[in-house]
Amino acid sequence: MKNAQLHFRQPLQTTPFHAHTSAANKLNAWAPWAGYTTALNFGDETMEYTALRNQAGLYDLSPMVKYEISGPDAVRYLSRLTLRDVAKLAPGHVHYTAWCDDEGKLIDDGTLFHLPDGRFRLCCQERHLPWLMDSAIGFDVRVRDESEAVAALSLQGPCAYAVLARAGFADAKSLKPFQLAEYRLGKSGKVMISRTGFTADLGYELWTSPDKALELWDVLMEKGALHGLRPIGTTALNMARIEAGFMIANMDFVSATTALRPDRTRSPFDMALDWMIDFNKGPFNGRAALKREREAASTQWAFVGLDIDGNVEAEHALVYDNKKHEVGHITAALWSPTTKRNIALAMLRRPYHAEKSGNLWVEIYALRELEYHKLMVKAAVVPRQFFNPARRRATPPGMM
Amino acid sequence: MPSCDAIVIGGGINGLAAAGRLALSGAKVTLLETAPELGGMATLAHLCMGLDPRLEKSLALADHGLVWAERNVSSTALSPDGNHIVLKGAFAETVEGSLSAEDRRAWTSLRDTLLRNAALLAPFKAMPPPRLARDHGTPLLDLLRNGLALRRMGRDNLREFLRLMLINVADVLDDELADDRLKGLIAFDTVLGHHAGPRSPNSLLGLYHRISSEVNGQQGAIALPRGGVAAVIAALAGAVRARGVTIQTGARVKAITAEDDRVQSVTLESGEIFTTSLVVSALHPATTLLSLVGAPVLDTGVVRNVRNIKSRGSTAKLTLTLQGKPDFHGADLRSRLVIAPSVRAVEEAFNAVKYGAFSEAPVMELLLPQAFSTEPDLGRHTLSALVQFAPHDLRMGWVKGKPAFLKAIMKQLEHFAPGIGKQVIAADLLTPHDIAQHFGAPGGQWHHAELSVEQMLFLRPGVGLAQYATPVRGLYLASAAMHPGGGVNGSAGWNAAGHALAKGGAA
Repeated sequence: MKNAQLHFRQPLQTTPFHAHTSAANKLNAWAPWAGYTTALNFGDETMEYTALRNQAGLYDLSPMVKYEISGPDAVRYLSRLTLRDVAKLAPGHVHYTAWCDDEGKLIDDGTLFHLPDGRFRLCCQERHLPWLMDSAIGFDVRVRDESEAVAALSLQGPCAYAVLARAGFADAKSLKPFQLAEYRLGKSGKVMISRTGFTADLGYELWTSPDKALELWDVLMEKGALHGLRPIGTTALNMARIEAGFMIANMDFVSATTALRPDRTRSPFDMALDWMIDFNKGPFNGRAALKREREAASTQWAFVGLDIDGNVEAEHALVYDNKKHEVGHITAALWSPTTKRNIALAMLRRPYHAEKSGNLWVEIYALRELEYHKLMVKAAVVPRQFFNPARRRATPPGMM
Repeated sequence: MPSCDAIVIGGGINGLAAAGRLALSGAKVTLLETAPELGGMATLAHLCMGLDPRLEKSLALADHGLVWAERNVSSTALSPDGNHIVLKGAFAETVEGSLSAEDRRAWTSLRDTLLRNAALLAPFKAMPPPRLARDHGTPLLDLLRNGLALRRMGRDNLREFLRLMLINVADVLDDELADDRLKGLIAFDTVLGHHAGPRSPNSLLGLYHRISSEVNGQQGAIALPRGGVAAVIAALAGAVRARGVTIQTGARVKAITAEDDRVQSVTLESGEIFTTSLVVSALHPATTLLSLVGAPVLDTGVVRNVRNIKSRGSTAKLTLTLQGKPDFHGADLRSRLVIAPSVRAVEEAFNAVKYGAFSEAPVMELLLPQAFSTEPDLGRHTLSALVQFAPHDLRMGWVKGKPAFLKAIMKQLEHFAPGIGKQVIAADLLTPHDIAQHFGAPGGQWHHAELSVEQMLFLRPGVGLAQYATPVRGLYLASAAMHPGGGVNGSAGWNAAGHALAKGGAA
């Protein structure tokens, strides 16, 4: 765009894969994500979900917000910024992490990549550059938004490695979950492959420069055809992530940076992310507040999985104790085709997540030919990982 | 490794006040000052408004040599044609000179209103500021009592109080008075030391801050200690030493070390380490928290809030050594001389700093200390001037700008005292930039943090830092940036030490 002031004329950007994704998008089903046009689904969403769970799916991950962190103090900086001890994250490894504000309330969660050359990449749902820059005061680090500089694809499903191997990345066989390495792409290109994903299945994420994006797409789609590889949209991916029990900022909890109502923010204890907190690594954002929360056992909420009777999806439903007393709400829900269960992710007031979880009911408004039918359905608290196959962890990965 | 109950950092008036109050509680206190001399930014002042009576009495400053040379310094609004008016008594109780009968009546009435309103705010200065959030030890009873006083003033007065609360001083003066000299002087006093012009929003609060305090029981009075403000510092230093405070000058603090969010020690540039569990710092909160404690130890939100403290200094200090007495068209020199010909002149002088320039026609307050002295006239006179306005960051840079600014000041002085330029033997100008460098106060702002409505009470100096305590347990802030602000009064330091003691000190 020549004149930066005219940016409003194109409110949504296109990703480096757009030439291919737009050609494949038979239904023109698009949705905005982080300022980009992204496919909701290319054709039949059920077929895309089925491919993801039984063959392999290819998802354009480019709009994911990505920050590059480098410099002598990068490790110390990231340990102060996030909940985990980054000194324990060796180059070539990835960890799932989260970060809080001063009050110990979650700002976002994301994945932190320690690249082979020592730099870090922090991937997340929302934009946080001002917070990351202000957190850098007093550290010798460089923080850069590299969202536009990196094109990324997520290749997920039981055949994911088979597709990789056939596409020339057989060496990725040695990657264990949460490991990464760099590989050659074609004659001059490079691609970084990490064994990460958002589906709780065998899967990889592939990172390259925007100018190599279409070449990477082509080789994967061509070599993956025999394995039933399909481009998938956000609808299918979201089904898989609910089955995986993964959370998304501003869908399952409100980020502390955007929450307006004081009771909307959530702590890592609320969101069952307290396992990440390393109180012994030195100062980090929210440490004092989180310590107080732990010592006072003042956590109010619990993020749980629900198994709900029947087969009517309970999206945004309220949860009751004894059908009367409101004790929480559902943040994501799905009739899970793979597990054949009516599942949901829910935010429950303590102790209705545990000691008092015996009499929980979900109030579902089922829309049937323009009329809502109010259903009160029994629900049980269950582990959030509804789908968790052993092949997800197997190294070397399966060659289905 | 020496250890003590409490370390006070900064030997300005607030550091000394804090050290005194801690020592009165029986604590073993060491005070550390970077400079070879005590006093800090108080040495810039040449008069005293509102020395906190709590510390004057509790530390018996009179027993340590504090004597007032003049308990009620008059103010002269200088006129370039010699048609001066002289304001006498506390906050211009009477006006001498050619002032219309209407203006005299109007001033008496306006003065009453301003003093009454300011007096209602005075009790708030002696208590820690309230907090909006629960569980922060808001002194509810005090708040209620001070609030009731507002209620008791009657409906009309309360309405007037509220009408004037957030108004600018120029509007008030234009509403009530006609005389430019009187209006110019009050406007000048309102914005002295502030980054504001008379027409800046809420500027009247600056005047309330000034006249809400008292010296020798007289609200709004300006007093001159014998020996100048240095004598106040000397008396205070003597008083705290007498109560067992160890004072180390030339001791620059390099770091405050905290472990597990609790103060452990203070390290000097020299390498000397003091272990302590209570540190009261009278340095600017940004210096204390970002430089001495270190941003990486704090939460990002705190770092943000501290960096957002506005600290724009726009007052310069000029000391002229003169051959012989200057002549301001016959004005009595035993007075505070003010060059502020009109509200407009003050406002226009402020306009310059908005654009990174100094005022070409600055307004100023002048004092000739020898005029108050009984010592024989040896021919040389010192003229001390507080000059407004000049920015901390001058667009043309202060290397080139300083001689140009001095020239502008001298041109203005020449206008009111023809021939003064030829009397100058030496001139020492401290710009806000010099003041920042010299005293380690970011921005060179008198009150460390600007005293504007968005940085007052529970917002002073910034969100979450209002009650002297910091996120580091055992570390308290006693700087002028804290409630109730700066000036030669020591209130912030006294309040901070009191709050630290109430919170159990190091606990």
